[in-house]
Formats: sequence, structure tokens, C-alpha cells
Amino acid sequence: MADGMTTERDPATGLERQPVIDEEIRETSHKYDVAGFEELQPRRDYPPYRSSLLRHPTKDLQQVDPEGIELWAPVFGRRDVGELESDLTIQRGGEPIGARIVVTGRVVDGEGRPVRHQLVEVWQANAGGRYIHQRDQHPSPLDPHFTGMGRCLTDAEGRYRFTTIKPGPYPWRNHHNAWRPAHIHFSVFGTDFTQRLVTQMYFPGDPLFALDPIYQSIVDPRARERLVATYDHDLTQHQWATGYRWDIVLTGTHRTPLESDFEEDQS
Amino acid sequence: MTATPTPIPTAGQTVGPFFHFALTYDGDSELVPRGAPGSVRLHGTVTDGAGEPVPDALLELWQADESGAVVQRAGSLGRDGWTFTGFGRSATDAEGRYSFTTLVPGEAAPFFAIAVFARGLTHRLFTRAYLPGASDALLERLDPARRATLLAAADADGLVFDVRLQGDGETVFLDFGDE
Repeated sequence: MADGMTTERDPATGLERQPVIDEEIRETSHKYDVAGFEELQPRRDYPPYRSSLLRHPTKDLQQVDPEGIELWAPVFGRRDVGELESDLTIQRGGEPIGARIVVTGRVVDGEGRPVRHQLVEVWQANAGGRYIHQRDQHPSPLDPHFTGMGRCLTDAEGRYRFTTIKPGPYPWRNHHNAWRPAHIHFSVFGTDFTQRLVTQMYFPGDPLFALDPIYQSIVDPRARERLVATYDHDLTQHQWATGYRWDIVLTGTHRTPLESDFEEDQS
Repeated sequence: MTATPTPIPTAGQTVGPFFHFALTYDGDSELVPRGAPGSVRLHGTVTDGAGEPVPDALLELWQADESGAVVQRAGSLGRDGWTFTGFGRSATDAEGRYSFTTLVPGEAAPFFAIAVFARGLTHRLFTRAYLPGASDALLERLDPARRATLLAAADADGLVFDVRLQGDGETVFLDFGDE
């Protein structure tokens, strides 16, 4: 087939092809490397992720010191989160299909202090890459035994722990034949509202990383890799589940912490 | 003594399109029951750079109580109908609208803190919805057109606060020195 046959869009779907996205990702990445200025957070203006085009602010963020309420975070407790909500494999009266995994780690603040007794929420696709969400039209089966959402409170050392099923990759319509690497969404609170974080955890060695504009919206390669969990054989349980470890670091606190926030450090 | 290296913050990622089944919950946007004494509606529309409504955004509200005090009480996910926790969530509907039922924070704290998440938004944004007529150092620093984007307006239902992610009347979003 002649090179001239190559077009930027797939004739059937009318969507741009992967090489178009790849080229944009490569170009942005190259410019970032040359600039030599470290960026730890994703770019909100990241054209390869097409949905960001009209949804990022164009004006600089306004610098301001956090005040009052912003220096505190909401408190969650046992009335909010049940003990069993951290096990995503027991919610629907039967065993979900897929590879059972344990995902655990610590939530710490920008100074490395544990974020204690705070809410962690997760959500994900099932083993076939399908979300229970009604707007997910991916023609892969729903699992009657899997909802794909969980919650827990961190313990006194800032640890969270979920038992779940390894999610599958799933297709989306950013471009033709676009597939998201398998991931688990995480929503985390700190001790200040300014530390509020929603992010995604990925699995090691995913072949889709280089092709995915959401993962690549974090232009710094090391910052991206920090979203990838580590396989940990010590967490893996005989005849039961494989284990992944992933720690979450929030930004620094702006409020001088109370003694009681950290008293368990002394033990 | 060995210096502990400062840990590097974990990067954010978009909330994506499929957060509703996980992050929203019964009573999420009702910090007080509808019709409760002193209750007010805080509502608005989230729009994009083309002025189109954003139907897959999530707003989080975090605020002081009526006396202006910060509340540190559990119960935001499991509301009991009596405890004011100061925290709530509202996902936008098909027309980009969100709505909270809440209390007006006391004078010491003239704004609602708001975090915005959306499909297409790679990292959350912070803003403030100030009570009508409020004034402080941040507001005074902004030119009038920009300032107006942070001021809620009174309407028949309570308070209106629109969020424009981009373009004309783009909302002022905040960096607390952590970006």
C-alpha cells in the first residue's frame, strides 16, 4: 500500500488516528525536556487529550494564601464509611470475575507525615474494562457481582487498603482506537482543603502508557511513573490475591498542625 | 542526623466521565435538609470555553457554619439530618447545573470554598464563591471584571454562582502556592 493512502482520520469512525496523537505527545514531551523546568502536575492545557481543549482556564491561576476554611479539611468517620466498603469483591452477593488483587499504601502530606483517619475513595472498571456507569457504552459485559467502587478511612499510620479485581483497559473516543491503560481512580483528602486530590493509579508495565494522552498529560516522566503501583510479593497472599503497593503524597499543609494531629508519632 | 528528603507530591489526573456511581451519594448536595430554617440554595451552571454547559463536572463545597466557625464533625457521607458538617458534593446535570442546599457561612468567613472536577479537566481547580457584597484582600486585588466572577449573586432561590472554565468571564481559579 502506498504511503499516500495514510490519512489522519479513520474513514469509518471519522476520528483521528493514533499517530496524530502520538506526534503531538512526542512534540510536547520534547519541548518539555528542552525547557528544563520541572512540572509535577498534569498540564490542564494538553491538546492530545481533546476534551481538555475547552475545559482548561486560559488565565493564570490567582496566587493567594489559603484562609479560614481552606486551612481545614472535612472530617469523616465510621458513620460515613463501613468496614466492608474497602472490599470491592463482596458487594454483590457473589464473586466478581477477574484477578483478585490487594492494593495498599500510605497517604502522607508534603512533609511526609501520615494523613490519619481520612477518607479514600476508589472507582474502576471491571475485569473486562466496563464501568457500571450508565454512560459507559463499551460492548463488554457488566459483572453482576461487581460495582467497582470502594471507600475506606486511613489508619493511624495513614495506610489504606482495598481488595478488588484488576481492572481491564477500556476504549474511549478521544481518537480512533484509543484505549486507556488499566487504572483505579483515587479520591483523597488531606488535613487542609488545599490538599484535595483526585488521581489515577496504574499497573506496572502497561503497554498503553505511551499511547494514552491522559497519562501523558503529566509531561514529566518521573511524575508519571509515580502513578504506577509496584508489584509487592510480600503483599501477595498464598492461593488468594496478588498485591500492589502505591503511596500517595499530598501537597504541604498550610495550617500549623495541632499536637493531637500527630501525637501517635511519638509512640 | 539524616535529613529526610521532602516527598514529592503525587500528580493529579482527571476525574473522568464515570465518577457518578462512586463519588455522588444520597444527600450529597444537601448540607441541610431542604426547607430547613436558614437554608439557602447555592447553585449555578458550569460552562466551557464555547459557552456550552459541562454536564460531567463535580463541585465540592466546603464551608464554615452560620457562626463563621470551621466544623470538624463526621457525617458528610452518612447524613443524619441534624449535623451540619460543612461539606457537600453536587454533580452537574445534563444542562451543566449544580445545586446545594446549605447555610450561609457567618461573617468571619465570607466565602464558600469550592473545588471543581470534570472530564477533560486534568487536575482539580479551586475557587471561592463570596457572599454578595463581600470584600477582602483578594477581591480588592482583582480588576472589577475578574472580581465579579468570584461573587455570588442573590436570586429568588438564594445564591447564584456560575463557573466558567474558559473564555469570556472565565472564573478566577486559585493557586495556594502548591501548583
